[in-house]
Amino acid sequence: MERRNFLQLSGLAAGALMVPGWDRHARPWSGSLTPIPVADKKALADAALNAAKSRGASYADVRIGRYLNQFINGRETKIQGVTNTESFGAGVRVIADGTWGFAATQDVTPDGMARAAAQAVAIAKANARLQTEPVKLAAEPGHGQVAWKTPIRKNAFEISVAEKADLLKAVGDAALQSGASFISFGLFLVNEQKYFASTDGSYIDQDIHRTWPNFTVTVTDPTSGKFDTRDGGSAPVGMGWEYLDGLAADKVTTPAGVIVYGRTYDMVEDARLAPGQVKEKQKAKSVEAGKWDVVLDPSHLWLTIHESVGHPLELDRVLGYEANYAGTSFATLDKWRSKAFKYGSPLVNFVADKKQVGSLGAVGFDDEGVATREWDLVKDGVLVNYQAIRDQVGILGEGRSHGCCYADSWSSVQFQRMPNVSLRPGTRPLTPAQLIGQVEKGIFIIGNGSYSIDQQRYNFQFGGQLFYEIRNGKIVGMLRDVAYQSNTQEFWNAVVGICDQRDYRLGGSFFDGKGQPSQSSAVSHGSATTRVAGVNVINTARRIG
Amino acid sequence: MPHLNEAQARELVQKILKLSKSEVCEVFVGGGTSGNIRYARNTVSTAGITEDLSLAVTARNGKRSGTATGNQFDDATLERVVRRAEELAQLAPEDPEAMPPLGAQQYRPNPAAWSDATAARTPEARARDAEASIKAAKSREAAAAGYLEENQGWAARGNSAGNFGYHRSTGLNFSATIRTTDGTGSGYVQKDVTDVMRFDAAAASAIAAEKAVASREAKAIEPGKYTVILEPLAAVDLVQPLLFSLNARNADEGRSPLSKAGGGTRLGEKLVDASVTITSDPWNAEIPDNPWSGDGRPQQQMTWIEEGVVKNLFYSRYWAEKQGKPATPPPPNLIMAGGSASLEQLIRETARGVLVTRFWYIRFVDPQTLLFTGLARRHVLHRGRQDQARGEELPLQRVADHHAEQRGRAREAGADPGLARPADAGAGFHLYLPFRRRLGSSSISKARPSGRATSRTPKVGNGREARPGGRA
Repeated sequence: MERRNFLQLSGLAAGALMVPGWDRHARPWSGSLTPIPVADKKALADAALNAAKSRGASYADVRIGRYLNQFINGRETKIQGVTNTESFGAGVRVIADGTWGFAATQDVTPDGMARAAAQAVAIAKANARLQTEPVKLAAEPGHGQVAWKTPIRKNAFEISVAEKADLLKAVGDAALQSGASFISFGLFLVNEQKYFASTDGSYIDQDIHRTWPNFTVTVTDPTSGKFDTRDGGSAPVGMGWEYLDGLAADKVTTPAGVIVYGRTYDMVEDARLAPGQVKEKQKAKSVEAGKWDVVLDPSHLWLTIHESVGHPLELDRVLGYEANYAGTSFATLDKWRSKAFKYGSPLVNFVADKKQVGSLGAVGFDDEGVATREWDLVKDGVLVNYQAIRDQVGILGEGRSHGCCYADSWSSVQFQRMPNVSLRPGTRPLTPAQLIGQVEKGIFIIGNGSYSIDQQRYNFQFGGQLFYEIRNGKIVGMLRDVAYQSNTQEFWNAVVGICDQRDYRLGGSFFDGKGQPSQSSAVSHGSATTRVAGVNVINTARRIG
Repeated sequence: MPHLNEAQARELVQKILKLSKSEVCEVFVGGGTSGNIRYARNTVSTAGITEDLSLAVTARNGKRSGTATGNQFDDATLERVVRRAEELAQLAPEDPEAMPPLGAQQYRPNPAAWSDATAARTPEARARDAEASIKAAKSREAAAAGYLEENQGWAARGNSAGNFGYHRSTGLNFSATIRTTDGTGSGYVQKDVTDVMRFDAAAASAIAAEKAVASREAKAIEPGKYTVILEPLAAVDLVQPLLFSLNARNADEGRSPLSKAGGGTRLGEKLVDASVTITSDPWNAEIPDNPWSGDGRPQQQMTWIEEGVVKNLFYSRYWAEKQGKPATPPPPNLIMAGGSASLEQLIRETARGVLVTRFWYIRFVDPQTLLFTGLARRHVLHRGRQDQARGEELPLQRVADHHAEQRGRAREAGADPGLARPADAGAGFHLYLPFRRRLGSSSISKARPSGRATSRTPKVGNGREARPGGRA
C-alpha cells in the first residue's frame, strides 16, 4: 500500500477537503479524532512482524501510534497560545540473538514498516556480541484483536476552543478580582491512539485520554520586592473534559478551611480563592525548625509517595539498569528476599495498579501486550514486591509480567515505567479533622512544592504550597518557609494515622522522567490524609552562619 | 526519510506558505535521525534508531493566532496542518500582546554545528564504543552503565513576510556511570560533542572508572562550613537556573531575584564575585546552536554577567517594545569564563574542603533568592595538599545532614560573592552550558505545557520560549 493511499483510507487526509466555516464551536482536528481503521493498522503491523521474523527475530512487536496534544495557555485574562500537535509513526522492537533492537519511523507504509523491522533486527545482531544476559520474556498469551478506551464522558478534544478559552479567561479574571498580581494558566490535553501487535498473537487497539488544567497565581509586594505564589489545586487525570465539572460533591473543605478537590475540579473557584491564601502566606509566621508531626493532604503526599515508594521499587533501578540516569535503589533484592524489611509502619500498605478509573496510569494493556492488573508492593509495612515487566519479572520468580511497560511515543522504545502507586486508606473510620485533633504540635501541608531525593531514593526533602500550624488539636494559623527532611524508611515507619476511604484522592504528574533517551510518563498516586510523627522540619529562609 | 538541503527546505517552506490563506503564516520544518545504545551491568540493554520529521504552522489573523503541528510532508498532511492552524487562529481570542511577523532576518551560518563523520556513524560503531566503555570498567573490576546517542538533523523556518533560515546539526551525547563491584565506589563522565572525531569512549570511561575506584569506601564528614570546589558538571547545575532569572519582564514585574525592592531591576548591580563572567555564543565551536531563537529572532553573542555585574536581560518582542528596550532574545547557551588556576592548583591551595563532581536533583526552593535544594551525587573530600588527597564519597546517610549546608551555599550564589570558586576549574577553561540539551535530559513534574525543549526537537515557532521544568 502506498503511503498516500493509506493516509486517505485512514481519514488522515480528510482535512484536505475541508472548507473552513469558522464556526466558533468548531473542533479543529480535521479527521484525527476518527480512529484509523483497525484493519489498516493490522496490515501494517503484520508487514513489520513478518519482516522481523524473516530476518531472524525470535520475537517482535509493533506499536503504531497517533499522538494528539492540545495546549492552550495564557496569562491574566489573555489567551496567548492555542496549539494542536499531532505525531504519527510506528516503532518496531525485536529480539534477535537474545538481544533487543528497536527502530522507529514516521513512514507508516508497508515498505516503511518492513524497513524499520529490518533496521531493528540489524541493530540487535550488531549488539549481540556484547550481550551477556540474553533476554528472556515471561510468557503472555496472545489476546487476539481487542480494544480498550479510557472511560471518558466528555472528549476534551471535542470541546470547542472557544469554551476552553472562556474558561481560562474566567480563571484569570477570578484571580485578578481576588487580588492576584499575575496568573499564568493552561490546559494540557493528551490523546494517545495506540495500536499494538506482537508475534504472540495480540492486536490491541487503545484510545487513551488525559487532562491537566493548571495555573500559578503570583502576588507581588513592590515595596519589599518580594513575591509569593500558589499553584492550582488540580491533579492531572486520566479523564476527559468532565474533570472540569467542579461538582459540589467532589469538593472537600479541609480543617484549615482550604477547599481541595476530588474527582472533579472547579478551576474558577480555585483561582478565586488562591490570591487570598497567598496574601495570608506572605504575612504568615516563619516556621521554627525542629521536630513536628506532619499531617499531609493527598494533594501533597502523592509526590512523596512517587519519589520514595514508586521509584525505589522499580525493579530495573534495583538491578542497576538506570544507574546512569534515573538512579538506583536502596530497596535491594536482599531486603525483599528477607520478607521482613519494614518499609513502613504496620498501617502502611502500598499498592501498584494499572486499572484505577480516572488515574493517569490506567490502560487495558501495557505497551508490550500484557493485560493490566493491581498488586501489592508493601503489605502491613513489609516490602513484598517490585514493579517488573516481561524481561525482568522472572528474576522475582514470577511467570507473568506486572503489566507496567510503557513508551511515551511511537518513536520511543518501551520499558518498565511506574504504575499508579498508592497508599491504601486506613481501615478504621477517621476524618482529617479527627486526625488533626489528635496532634499536639504539628503542621498540616496542602499541595506539593519543592522536592529533592537522592539517587537511591532514600534521603529526601519536600516542601508544599500551604502550611498550617497545629497546636493541641487545632489549626491556629498559617506558616511559611517549611520543608521536611527524612529518609524513606524512617518516614514511612513514622506513619501513625491514615484517614479512611472517604478522604482518598489522587494526585499525579504528567512528567515522570526515566530512561535514555529520556521519556516522560504520566502516573497517579492516591492516598488519604496521613499523619507522620516527629519529622525533621527545616526553615528554608534561615541563613547559615 | 528526507534530509533536506537548504534549497530543498526553502522550496518546501514556500510550498507550505502558498497553501496559507491567513494574513500571516509562519512555518517551521525539520527532520532528523537519532541512533543510540544503552548498556548496564557491563552488557547492552537497549539500542535503537529513530527517524522523524517535524512540521509546525502558525497562522495569524490580526491578533489571533493558532499553531498546528504534524510529522508527515505529503501534500495532504501539509494542507491539513495549515488548515488546522488557520482554524485555530480563527477560534482563538485576540492576544493583546501579539506582535507583527518578523521580516527577512540575517541568520549567521553555523557550519561548526555539523560533522560528516558524526552523520556517518553506524550501529556497529556505537556497539564498539559501548564495548570500549565496558572494557574500561572491567579493567578496574567495576560495572559500567552508559548511554551513547548520535543525532543528525536539519531545520528551516520561514514566514509570509519574507523571512527564511536553514540550519543543520549533528551531535554525540555520551555518559557513563561506573560503579565498583563492592558497591562503595562510583564515578560519572559526560561528553557532548558535535564531531565524533573528538570523542574517545575508552578515554572518557577511564575517567569514570578512576573516580569509581578513588571514591571507594567513602567516609562521612560532619555538617559545617567547607570550602567547596565544583567540577564543571556540578557548577552547571547551579549556574543554569540563573538563565531564567535574566528574563526582563519577570524582573520588571517584581517576581524575580533580579527585581529590586521599591520597583525596577538589579541590572547593573554587582551580584556575584568579580571572577564571574557569563556570556552566550551560538557559534562557539564547542556548543554550537541554532542561529535563531524560538520566535525567529537572530541569535547574538551576548554578555550577561561581566565581572560579577548583571549586564543584560532578555526580552520578548512585546515587552521590549513596551519598555523601549532592544529585543534581546534569550541565550541558547551559557559560557562561564574560567580563571587562571588549574583544578589541581585549586585543590592544592585548599587546606580543607569538598570537591563536588556532580549534583543531583537540584530544585528551586525559593525562586526569590535562587535558593536551591539537592544533593551532591558524588562528593570527594580532600584534605590538605593534592598529593595527600584521599578520595571519599559521602555515604547516603550523611548526605541529608550535609544537605542543609549545601542549601546555605546555594543561597549565596544569587545574593553575595560567597559561592566558592564556582568555575575556576582550569587554566583557560570555560564552563559550557548547552542548557537546552540539559533541559531535555534532566530528570519530574511541574513543567508547563508550553513544551519541553530538547536538542532534537526544535521549538514550535509561536514566539513562546520553553520554560524550565523538571520531572518527578
